[in-house]
Amino acid sequence: MLDDKDRIFTNIYGWESFSLKAAQKRGDWDNTKDLIAKGRDGIIAEIKASGLRGRGGAGFPTGLKWSFMPKESPDGRPSYLVINADESEPGTCKDREILRHDPHKLLEGALVAGFAMGAHAAFIYVRGEFYHESSELMKAVEEAYDAGLLGKNAANSGWDFDVIVHRGAGAYICGEETALIESLEGKKGQPRNKPPFPAMAGLYSCPTTVNNVETIAVAPTILRRGAGWFAGLGLNEKNAGTKLFCISGHVNQPCNVEEEMGIPLKELIEKHCGGVRGGWDNLLAVIPGGSSTPMIPKDVCETVHMDFDSLREVGTGLGTAGVIVMDKSTDVIKAIARLSQFYMHESCGQCTPCREGSGWLWRVMTRMVDGRATVDEIDQLYEVTKEIEGHTICALGDAAAWPVQGLIKHFRPEMERRIREYRKQAA
Amino acid sequence: MKKKFEINADYQPESFAFNAKYKKKAQEAIDLYPKGRQQSAVMPLLDMAQRQVGEEGAKANPPYGGWIPRAAMDHIAQMLGMAPIKVYEVATFYSMYNLAPVGKNLIQLCTTTPCWLCGSDDIVKTCKDKLEIGLNETTEDGLFTIMEVECLGACVNAPMVQINDDYYEDLTSETMNEILETLAAGKQPKVGSQTGRKGSMALSGPTSLKDRAKKAGVA
Repeated sequence: MLDDKDRIFTNIYGWESFSLKAAQKRGDWDNTKDLIAKGRDGIIAEIKASGLRGRGGAGFPTGLKWSFMPKESPDGRPSYLVINADESEPGTCKDREILRHDPHKLLEGALVAGFAMGAHAAFIYVRGEFYHESSELMKAVEEAYDAGLLGKNAANSGWDFDVIVHRGAGAYICGEETALIESLEGKKGQPRNKPPFPAMAGLYSCPTTVNNVETIAVAPTILRRGAGWFAGLGLNEKNAGTKLFCISGHVNQPCNVEEEMGIPLKELIEKHCGGVRGGWDNLLAVIPGGSSTPMIPKDVCETVHMDFDSLREVGTGLGTAGVIVMDKSTDVIKAIARLSQFYMHESCGQCTPCREGSGWLWRVMTRMVDGRATVDEIDQLYEVTKEIEGHTICALGDAAAWPVQGLIKHFRPEMERRIREYRKQAA
Repeated sequence: MKKKFEINADYQPESFAFNAKYKKKAQEAIDLYPKGRQQSAVMPLLDMAQRQVGEEGAKANPPYGGWIPRAAMDHIAQMLGMAPIKVYEVATFYSMYNLAPVGKNLIQLCTTTPCWLCGSDDIVKTCKDKLEIGLNETTEDGLFTIMEVECLGACVNAPMVQINDDYYEDLTSETMNEILETLAAGKQPKVGSQTGRKGSMALSGPTSLKDRAKKAGVA
């Protein structure tokens, strides 16, 4: 179990105030000038060495991402940092805790990350439903401006830096980076084709890097304690550091907790969540990284570690680390059918395979819940998910396909049983 | 699923203008974005229009909640130098903009898988039974509208609902009933977790940071 002295988010449960004064007592904004003094290359090298990978789902190496930003602007276009706080992946509720309980970690991170990529402004895009969270974040921004930590010569670093909080209005798709940029520009949140990648032409066609809240918020602590400290935590150098986990569903004590990357799933559930409802043997399956990641059955859960590569090896992913636990009382087909409904609702409608396919998946999944289908249709269902996956501009199509694929892979016998059962009753 | 945008419906008012409070706020929002990028303020301005209508509606008899009339969209289009259709596109794309009148208390019931696993069906049923309306319907007294929404991002505190700006978490049928009764009486229920736990820590007490918890008087 992670030692308390290695925890970054010490106010994750909101026991203390989120205010600047309290945050400074917790060590935030402590001589930020010295972090900036490491220089752009110094900061990027340190983040690269720490092994930090993006905490929003894709797990791309953060230092490398920052290094894609142009060193100098050849044509006078400014660079922007955009922070993705549009947390909407079912099962995920970690960024919310940073926004409302530890916003100064995020703001300090915005300054050092912004400096490292040559940006003088950061836009924080907060999902619209988080009204109180964005209000608290805005208060923190105001405090930071008043204390000279943001604005001209931010924190006496010699770097001018502005932070703008932008509220969304209810669209899961805006968590996709180019949809988020479109939305920030005052348009419908429909993803853009890549290339050009945002680092070349993002917000207002300027070089832009989009990072998740947690990724930015951990950066100052890494720079303070050193890359070696962060890299020394976790399972291995590619899966390093600490991570916020959200454990929901059928556990005795659902909670958010910061743990070491690579903690065994079983340990996470037993140590922090009071175990599975009805005991470990009552476990049916777990969705390990938010709704998009395929579920894993109990026998995989016994031994799997919670990190990017361990989960990939068992055919799923760490995603956002939103762990959804399902015990044996769960109608597992209905649980996935509900996710199909989610993706149908959230498809932006731009690409045909996703717009039409997500609705088709939901309709067939609804019949599968009752068993009102034929066994052949399970194969057809799988085939259609393969037609959606990889055939759309953004990953929402993939995200709609994966949960259904996970269901078929691990629970096909249950789907067939239900079809037989329905036949029997109908006869 | 929200109501359709019907531009010629009889409930659409003839005109809309921001009042002094929101006029000032709107200008502040526009000023946040780089020069020439005022279109970025379309989302904050739509939100302000909805809030202004909601504040007027709270005092009306019967009361109503915040929504965005077509006239407000046209007004915003003019303020930002956008074609009205571009504002309609944005207003109809995002689920939080109400395009038709709603009840004073807009109850958004999360029923996505994490909430569903924890009993959101019971919460939906409680609301339907107590208010005697179906989803996407408004009570006759104008006090409540209920609708189903997708994941609201408070999954470890499931099941939960959002009522106007506030989250109500760790619900049971009993606590949901109490919240509805408190609102019907014109009072403000306790926001957040209904079991009394702090934020998203385990209900039985923290499993980490125990020294800090003690200092803060939590455990």
